Amino acid sequence: MRRRQRSAWIAGTLLAIGLACLPLLLQIGLGRSWVRIADLALLYTLLALGLNIVVGYAGLLDLGYIAFYAVGAYVYALLDSPQFGLHWPLWAVLPLGAASAALFGVLLGAPTLRLRGDYLAIVTLGFGEIIRIFLNNLNAPVNITNGPQGISLIDPLHFGTISLAAPHRLAGLTLSPPLQYYYLFLACVLVVVFIALRLQDSRIGRAWAAIREDELAAAASGIPVRNVKLLAFAMGATFGGLAGGLFAGFQGFISPESFNLMESVMVLCMIVLGGMGHVPGVILGAVLLTVLPEALRMLGDWQLNHLGRVVADPDDLRMLLFGLALIAMMLFRPAGMLPSPRHRREWRKDARP
Amino acid sequence: MDILVQQLINGLVLGSVYALIALGYTMVYGILELINFAHGEITMIGAMIAVATIGALSGGALPIPVILFTGLVAAMAGCMALGYVIERIAYRPLRHAPRLAPLITAIGVSIVLQNIAMLIWGRQYIAFPPVLPQGWHTLLGARITDLQVAILVTALVLMLVLDLLVHRTRLGRAMRATAQSIPLAGLMGINGNRIISITFLIGSALAAISGFMVSAYYGLAHYYMGFLLGLKAFSAAVLGGIGNIRGAMLGGLLLGIIESLGAGYIGTLTHGVIGSNYQDVFAFFVLITVLILRPSGLLGAPATDRA
Repeated sequence: MRRRQRSAWIAGTLLAIGLACLPLLLQIGLGRSWVRIADLALLYTLLALGLNIVVGYAGLLDLGYIAFYAVGAYVYALLDSPQFGLHWPLWAVLPLGAASAALFGVLLGAPTLRLRGDYLAIVTLGFGEIIRIFLNNLNAPVNITNGPQGISLIDPLHFGTISLAAPHRLAGLTLSPPLQYYYLFLACVLVVVFIALRLQDSRIGRAWAAIREDELAAAASGIPVRNVKLLAFAMGATFGGLAGGLFAGFQGFISPESFNLMESVMVLCMIVLGGMGHVPGVILGAVLLTVLPEALRMLGDWQLNHLGRVVADPDDLRMLLFGLALIAMMLFRPAGMLPSPRHRREWRKDARP
Repeated sequence: MDILVQQLINGLVLGSVYALIALGYTMVYGILELINFAHGEITMIGAMIAVATIGALSGGALPIPVILFTGLVAAMAGCMALGYVIERIAYRPLRHAPRLAPLITAIGVSIVLQNIAMLIWGRQYIAFPPVLPQGWHTLLGARITDLQVAILVTALVLMLVLDLLVHRTRLGRAMRATAQSIPLAGLMGINGNRIISITFLIGSALAAISGFMVSAYYGLAHYYMGFLLGLKAFSAAVLGGIGNIRGAMLGGLLLGIIESLGAGYIGTLTHGVIGSNYQDVFAFFVLITVLILRPSGLLGAPATDRA
């Protein structure tokens, strides 16, 4: 027992060192743009972990998840940009964004969670589109969201007077902005991973699993199905809102087009490909699907070099491949690349009635 | 007054197209309890094939009706093949899998279709070739074009034929039996797989016709048009009571009218605060309201399991 504990400590320490050094290695090996990609991968990991609570833990298919991301991002953008001339501190804006997202989660969930799985999927999809259409049109008669032009010149993430968009020197090392974002996002991801893992084994987590497997039986066992589902929705939305706020501060510009249905589908892909309901799987999925398009970009360069022209634009191919991957995954490996032991059992059992 | 009539006419025409697409959703749902997410994209493919075929032929010496008919037949053939293949590859192997699985493959299929369309026909809007009749008539002070008349009449005839097919023929009886229970229908000598394939073929053919109609009506086709169209038609199917064929027809017509009247009057009602640019939101509000207040839809039997 003690030996296992020690080896876990060693593995943890090695992982921590690896994660801390990774951006430096990326910067040296592949260039600074890859540090930015690592930042994005961490943001998507946050999103995927949030959606995993809703889809993976509670088994509620949410196709409008990106709306919560949008809410968080717009709260940050409105309170920290020249749009209204407001420049609130990070401490206030990020929690407010997460809380607003949670509120929207409850608003959407309260009337719709009575619905069975596939109906819920469509309603959430519609909800996501409604949010996007409103963001697109709320520039008249009172200009709130600046419409399709989006909001630009958003304040970068900042702690008091320390802005993460400017390089800082620390112990003889110059930390470029992408590096600083990386460490901030990494900290957030670690916190969220911790919460997600603890939630999974908690009373609530077990209630979610029970609902996912058999709602009727769960209700008969005394689980307040609706409230527990609502909680899953609100929790997932909270993480989405948090990720949205970080995204707005990181990107400096947001527009409604950043929050379309394809983004929701993309986050769903990450979960499905990685392994629904399994935190390591979800992280793997999120990182893979963020890095893969960048790798595909090289395919475009390769075509240019060897065929003389770009026959198939990698950006176009990207979604096509994702779609094919979704289908293939469901047909051949429905529990994902890194499935959780419990899900693996479930899917195998269900596949052969 | 004439504005009201005009909006009603426009809504009815649009609604009849929604109804045709909604039929595809509702027939599949009735039998498999599966939301065929890719149905909207099949409609889009139908529109694309029709526009491309008509565009390719319209330079030649063929008479216009022949060109239009060829386009329609090509679209129907393409979509029926597509619907059949999709069911075989993406849905049939997962018939006994957990509920989320076929839903996710359906999303995958619609992404694939969208991107294939984009690779073939490009990202730009494709204009419908100018071969359509341009005439119009006056009705109660409003204008109704020949095209609108053609769409409305065709759609209504198709709905009537489908209704007769489902309620008056042997095949229809087999379809209704399969919808109640695939294994039990099997005991009566009905081949469930065959019926499901036929359902997909009929639904896809209707989708192709509606895709043709939409692209002719708006004069445009685009690789992304299937998404919103599919969502609206699905809302229509839910409004009428999903799984119920007459419900889908009613729901489609109603949704078209709601949308058209809504877009026409919301600006005046809210003193310009909410304009007609919110037109696409109505379908979602209808959908959410119906699901909350009457999840079984207008004509659906109140089934607790449905919601």
